[in-house]
Amino acid sequence: MKTILMGAVAYDPKVVTIWEGFREHFAKGGLDFDFVLYSNYERQVAAHLDGHIHVAWNSPLAWIQTERAAPGRKRRAEAILMRDSDCDLTSVIVVRADSPIHGIADLRGKKIGVGASDSPQATLLPLWHIAKNGIDPYGDAEVVRHDLLVGKHGDHVGGERVACQALLAGHVDAACIIDGNHLAFGKDGTLPPGSTRILAQTGAYDHCNFTILDDAPKKRVARFKELLLAMTYEDPAVRALMDLEGLKAWKVGRTGGYADLAAAIDRFGTIEPFLAELAKA
Amino acid sequence: MAADERLELGDLGMDEGGDLLVRRALRVMAPGATLEIVGVAPALEVHVRAFARSEGHAFEPSPAGLHVRRGAAVDARHVGAVRAGWPSPRDEGAVSEHPDPRWGLAARGALVEAGAPSYAFSLGRKDEVWADEAAGLYAQAAAAQWDPATAIPWATPFDNAPEVEDAIVQIMTYLIENETAALLVPARFLARVHPHFREVMQLLAIQAADEARHIEVFTRRALLRRTELGLSTAGGQSSLQTLIDEPDFALASFLLSVLGEGTFLSLLWFIHAHAPDPVTREVMRLAAQDEARHVAFGLAHLGRHLGRDPSLFDRLAAAVERRHDALRHTAGLNAEVWDALLVVAAGSLSPDAIRRGHLAVIGLVTEMDDRRRGRLVRLGFPRARAEALSSLHTRNFM
Repeated sequence: MKTILMGAVAYDPKVVTIWEGFREHFAKGGLDFDFVLYSNYERQVAAHLDGHIHVAWNSPLAWIQTERAAPGRKRRAEAILMRDSDCDLTSVIVVRADSPIHGIADLRGKKIGVGASDSPQATLLPLWHIAKNGIDPYGDAEVVRHDLLVGKHGDHVGGERVACQALLAGHVDAACIIDGNHLAFGKDGTLPPGSTRILAQTGAYDHCNFTILDDAPKKRVARFKELLLAMTYEDPAVRALMDLEGLKAWKVGRTGGYADLAAAIDRFGTIEPFLAELAKA
Repeated sequence: MAADERLELGDLGMDEGGDLLVRRALRVMAPGATLEIVGVAPALEVHVRAFARSEGHAFEPSPAGLHVRRGAAVDARHVGAVRAGWPSPRDEGAVSEHPDPRWGLAARGALVEAGAPSYAFSLGRKDEVWADEAAGLYAQAAAAQWDPATAIPWATPFDNAPEVEDAIVQIMTYLIENETAALLVPARFLARVHPHFREVMQLLAIQAADEARHIEVFTRRALLRRTELGLSTAGGQSSLQTLIDEPDFALASFLLSVLGEGTFLSLLWFIHAHAPDPVTREVMRLAAQDEARHVAFGLAHLGRHLGRDPSLFDRLAAAVERRHDALRHTAGLNAEVWDALLVVAAGSLSPDAIRRGHLAVIGLVTEMDDRRRGRLVRLGFPRARAEALSSLHTRNFM
């Protein structure tokens, strides 16, 4: 069987460990798997559309970029698999515990700390939630970005941590982070318990997925799916890799959880320049 | 739907320890069962949702409260985990014959998760290293540790004749380099013993610490009345190098502990008996007590090893012969040490005293040989072979 080539974004050195380890798992199952690392999702999406890779491990934003650009190349994108932990995330908008801000309307004229400009969870979705509730974050308030590693679509937790530190230091009036990080930052002391109050919570949304285009080699893709779905947390050979990748099980992909993000990027015009550039290429 | 279990958190947040209580509650429930979490911490629902997602449980908000349906990943972590023997060596099957290299640094008796890396502990067979006496010897050693600063009467006044003091300095110089070998040899093997053999590892560690202390007190005694140390000879160092270079644990501990330190026991008690001053006497007494344990462990684990692998007898004998051949062209014990022992035993340079000293040192060498033969016989060597091997032991004593 020929190679199935996957693209992933190198947002952290552990990415190499993860995919090298997965390669062994695939080899045991008779699948010749290899991977290419990109420094940013836009490069990966372009490479995918150009046929350089068969599967892309995509952020939710990269998924929408691919899904929207594919018809221009007479292709159709499909989200084939995701992690159990990619389903039903929420983000929260937090303020200092003693803040006079008690509702989204109170954010008028305030500074809203967000993560990287392309982070769905720490920027796009929470800002969309604020917008939906009557405050234009860019017009009625001031958005303060913490642009760590743009192009990584917020995969790196750094931007959210800096936004929280800015909140505690009084540099911003609110901070937008993923729900799990609010818990994690509480536990690691970044946000001492009781120091912040949750002002609002977004609706549930989904995160990463494995994306293919409809011209991907069917048999190889089928085996790839099969081997990932067979991966079990009980297997010590892959458990450490699953811990690194942050999942307990792979699930069949679904796309219903990206509607809010799609609405957010439409509202903020997040990906139009990139799509225009792709169309020219 | 009613939950199977209910957990009251009060105002405790998940970010301040509440997750520990939730985890404990879920651990004892069956997969698929539902836990209702009740509490008033402001971020409770947000945090329970994130917690459940990251731990492989299902978050099921319901009008009745926060429900978490237990997933199976909690138990998956223990699949393939094995018990690495049992802590007490007295329990049946406590100490494995061949501990798994993946047990690595885990405590003996710990439940070791599958998937741990494999460690390369080359001394990984019980036959090679184990002695049932190790735990008892370690306990004795731990109880018998002494403080060089207070255990020895450093300040007691004494006034040795200059030639006797010079002899003591030469003897101490010799002892220091020998004890350095006795520190480095177990230390080198210590790092190669599978930590599953905990008592052996501890005993080798404390043996190295004993030698470190001996080096300290011998140095301090040498410099008590002098500013310079004595002579280190090429022959002495050649003899010790053959010990340091021996890569096989059984052979090295035979040469060092049984033959070398065994011989040193006689030497230390000899100096103790003839010590010209109370400081030297006490230094020798304390060092000899420690050395006796080192010899006892060497005899114990080699005796066990020989009982299980009689071919080791020939390998041990060959090691003595090889070492003898390697040292055939060296001077053996340096004349300075021999003379120093003689002077210390004599107590003065008068001809009568020197004759007494000479006889005493000859008596020491005979006693060393007798004791060595006795130990070899105890290990199971036939008497004639024990005599032959004892006679081949290095003239440098260690």
